[in-house]
Order: sequence, then C-alpha cells, then structure tokens
Amino acid sequence: MSGMAPHIAVLPVVVPLLAGATLVVLHRAPLAFRRALSLAATLLLGLVVLGLGLAVEHQGLVVYQVGNWPSFAGIVLLADRLAVLMLGLLVLLAFASQCFASGSDDARGAHFHALFQFQLMGLCGAFLTHDLFNLFVFFEVLLAASYGLLLHGQGGERLRQGLHYVVLNLVASALFLFAVGVLYSVLGTLNMADLSARVAALPEAQRPLVEAGGWLLLIVFALKAALLPLYFWLPRTYAAASAPAAILFAIMTKLGIYAVIRVYGLVFGPDAGTLAGLVQPLLFWAGAGTATLAALGALASPTLRGLLGYLVVGSAGVLFMAMGLGTDVALAAGLYYLVHSTLAAAAFFLLGDWVRRHRDGGDALGRVAAMARPAWLGGFFVVLAMAAAGLPPFGGFLGKSLLLAYAVPEGATIVLWGVVLGTSLLNLVALARAGSRLFWQAPAVTTARNAAPQPPFPAFGERVAMLMLVFGLVVTTVMASEVTRYVAGSAAQLSEPATYRDAVLGRDPLPTTVPR
Amino acid sequence: MSLEFLFASAIGVLAGGGFWLLLRARTFDVILGLTLLSYAVNLFLFAAGRLAPGRTPLLKEGVAPFLANYTDPLPQALVLTAIVISMAMTAVMLVLAVQARVANGTDHIDGREPRE
Repeated sequence: MSGMAPHIAVLPVVVPLLAGATLVVLHRAPLAFRRALSLAATLLLGLVVLGLGLAVEHQGLVVYQVGNWPSFAGIVLLADRLAVLMLGLLVLLAFASQCFASGSDDARGAHFHALFQFQLMGLCGAFLTHDLFNLFVFFEVLLAASYGLLLHGQGGERLRQGLHYVVLNLVASALFLFAVGVLYSVLGTLNMADLSARVAALPEAQRPLVEAGGWLLLIVFALKAALLPLYFWLPRTYAAASAPAAILFAIMTKLGIYAVIRVYGLVFGPDAGTLAGLVQPLLFWAGAGTATLAALGALASPTLRGLLGYLVVGSAGVLFMAMGLGTDVALAAGLYYLVHSTLAAAAFFLLGDWVRRHRDGGDALGRVAAMARPAWLGGFFVVLAMAAAGLPPFGGFLGKSLLLAYAVPEGATIVLWGVVLGTSLLNLVALARAGSRLFWQAPAVTTARNAAPQPPFPAFGERVAMLMLVFGLVVTTVMASEVTRYVAGSAAQLSEPATYRDAVLGRDPLPTTVPR
Repeated sequence: MSLEFLFASAIGVLAGGGFWLLLRARTFDVILGLTLLSYAVNLFLFAAGRLAPGRTPLLKEGVAPFLANYTDPLPQALVLTAIVISMAMTAVMLVLAVQARVANGTDHIDGREPRE
C-alpha cells in the first residue's frame, strides 16, 4: 500500500472510474451484485478521501502531477482542506443516495450504478483538479452522467426538464471553452497557480481581455450554482429528478460555488493587482437577489419538491453573499453553512419522495388527499424543516448567526441582516404552510383512502439513508466547534494564494526509476 | 483582408447562427445551433494559439525549439478534446430529442406547443 501513497490525490478519480467501467461491462450481472460492487467502491472512495484528508493535515497542500509532467506542461491535481471537505461531504451523500436507491430506484434501468460511479468520478475530479481545461472535462463527465441519472426511470415531465437541463449546460460548456480560449490566448497557461502568477504580472494593455474571460467564466459557474439571473432551470429540474439523483444534484450546485471560490480566490485573488476581487461586489448583490427571489419562489411553489428546489437556490444565494463579503471569517461561516444546508437539502429530497408515495395527490401542496402514516413522516418533516430554515437546535442557525455576528464589514450590515433574516422567515413560513397543507388539511371524506391498502413502508435502505443524513446534520451541529475550526482553517489556507503558487510551480517531477 | 479578419468573421457568423437557431425552440434547430456553436468554439480555441501559417506543432531537426519557429500544440490538443466531447454530447441530445418527440408528441423544446 505504501507504493500507492504518492498517488493518493488521483485515487478519488481512479476508484469510481474503474468501478463504473466494471459496472458497464457487468450490466447483466444480478442487481444485488452490482449494488454490492458499487457500495464497496464508494466505501473504498471514503477510505481514500480519509487518507487524503490526513495527508492534507500533515503536508498542507497535496500536489499531484499527472503522468509526472512538470507543472507548466501537464495537468496538476491539488488537494487542500476545502477540497477534502467537499470530497467528504460528497462521499456521505453518495452513500445515502446509494442506500436510498437500493430501495427500488436502481432496478428501473440497467446502468444506474455505472452512471452513479461516473458522476462520482466527475465530481471528485472537479473538486481536485487545478487546471482550467481539466475542470471543463470533469464538468462534462459529471454532466453526461447526470443527464443519464436525471432521465433514469423516465417520464414525460423528466424528459421535458431533462431537455432544458441538457441544452442549458451545453451552452454553458461552449461559453466555458470561449473563456478558456480567451485566458489561454493572453496568459499562455491554464494551470490555476500559473494563471494567478501571470495575472498578477499582467500588462495594463491586456487587462480587458482577461477581465472578459473572467466574467465569461462567472456566467458558467453561476449557471451551475444557480445564481440570480441563471437559476430558473433549477427548481423544476430538481423536482423532476428521482430522489437519489436529487441528492447528488444537491452537491452539484455547490460545485459551482466551489469553482467560484477556487478560481476567483486564486486567479483573481487578493494579489492579482488591478484585477483583484474582480467579481466580489457583484457576488454579494446577486446573492442577495437570489436568496430573496428564491424565498418568494418557495412561498409560491405548488409542490413540496419544487419548494425544496427553491430552498437549494436560496442557500446558494446566502453562500454567494458570504463570498461577496470577501473576508476569511465570512467565507468560513459560509462553508459551515454549505455543509449543513447541503445535508439538510439532501435529507429533505428523500422525505419529499416518501411524501409523494404516501399520498394520492403526490407532493402537491393542496387539499387533495390524506397522508398515510402522518405522525411518522410528519416527525421527520418538522425536524428537517427546522434544519433547513435554520432554527436554533440545528447548525443552519449557527452558520447564519456566525455570518451575521462576525462577518459584517461596515456598509453591508443592513442588506445582509435584512436578506438573511428576511429569507429565513419567509422560508419558515413556506415550510410551515407546506407542512400544514400536507399533514393537517386532509379532505373531509377519507373513507375511500382508509379502505385502500397502505403504501409499503419505506425499505430498509431508504431508512438507513435518511438516518445517515440526519446523523450528519446532528454531528455538524454537536461538533460545531471542530467543524468551524476546520472550515476556518480552509478559509485561511485559501486566503494565501502565494502558498498555492509555491506548492504547484515550485514542485519538480518525482525522480523516475525508469532509465531514459 | 487579413487571415485574422476572415477567421474572426467565420467564428462570429457561426456563433451568431448557432445562437439564433438555439432561440428557435425546436429540438432539431436547437441541436443544429449547438453544433454550429461548437464549431465556433473549436475554431476559437484553435486560434487561441495564434494563427501561424506554414509552421508545425512538432519539433524539427535544425530548427531551434522556440515558439517563434513553431505553432503552439496545446490549443490543438484542447480542440481535439473539445471535438470528442461535443460529438458525444450531440449524440446524447439526439437521443433525448427523439425520445421527447415520441413521449410528448411535439418537437417543441418545452414539450408542448406554445399557446397562440
């Protein structure tokens, strides 16, 4: 195993790739076997991420030069504390998603587990890569897999939303490549550390082109992350996805946010000269607008899962506000909130699926039908609603209060407090309305319903998935001080682009044992 | 007219046509639009390494290994990758479009005809 140690940064890409390829070949194998293989691969991925996390704690930054090419010529993978945090969150969500899918969703098509592993590969690669074009490639890998997962067990509505989703993302990919081309033509590199060094030394005459490239990239990331003018696709797409796919989608929006932190923190970071903080002011205001409109959208949403889609958009808005403040403390608070809100959204999507199956009218928020097992589902609903809206016992409250208490520079106080508190209230109202419609406002005549057989109790795997996510919520809340210390460390690491440049550009390829 | 002007115009026309077709909101037109857009992107990426007629991206004997004597090989590698990806994505889009046409009975991108 010690021979693998230098390669640990690439293993999170390799493990799902091999698992996915094996699953494609073995797609006629019994479902139980494919399930076990896929779960084992995710478990292995979890161990790899744990090892990578320890290496990052030990060394600070783990740099991996793919193919042992020097950094200026090849692709570089880089793991820092933020990347490890996202990977850990991804593994937890992937586990939950797979357990839930083993309830029934993965039996509807031959390739669920293969697509799932390829999507994990794309996500892991996008979190680890330190090269702009490689980021594009991993975006395409995860998107291609997500098209398949979104349409898995298809229906007319899923096809319709899937078509919109695919077209939007293909246009975004084209814009991504335009941005890459602009940046390469001026700066002559796509390595992020190298880009940041060259942006800092940019002659004034070439500034407008780089600026244009920077803004083009923001459009792409904003579409993935659902920032203000570009979020309209998200609620309906997420509402149409099956629950296991929706869990992974919950972290895909966070990938857009992660890319913004990476690119605009490093390439257009504090020492980028006149281009420093290129998009920061816009992020704050666009985030405020996103959160506000999403809260209104949640209020107006006719279905529970549509409402959940708007909650995801709203949490992205709060995160963008935290980023737009541009301080370490704000970023750390935002990262804590990111972990918590992702877990809460994922758990809520599972509950949304249960609600849909336990009621004649699905998850429509009208007086259509009574709920089967109201106490059991309602209990989960109350807990998750408190977590999602940010009520005290849960970590969402801590994240928001950290943001409000410590992160406010002068001038932004009124907007930040107004938007964060106002949208929390609106979300709470929306959730309370949804809960009372779903669980309390049953139509008067329920005899027909009582005569009908109860829907089957959620399968064992589905309950395990839910408990895992709720456990994650409880852990991030109970161990808040450890988690905040970790995210504060991540933010501090991110605030020093120079260490990234030294780690990436100052690193020589490993000595080779093969004679040349 | 310089080579750069012709090249830039071609990219502009392709991208413009691509976006116009995208906005037509019929799946076939949208797919054609995406294809045109990807052509524009590929040419653009290629041009990011500067247009250099008569120069190769491979080292030759007797020619000093400086970029002034060669053309940049990296954009060409990027274009190759982009071509492969856009071809695969076009295939996915075609499958989706046919499925959506069968399931929804219309080729409108919204899955239903717009109300008059």
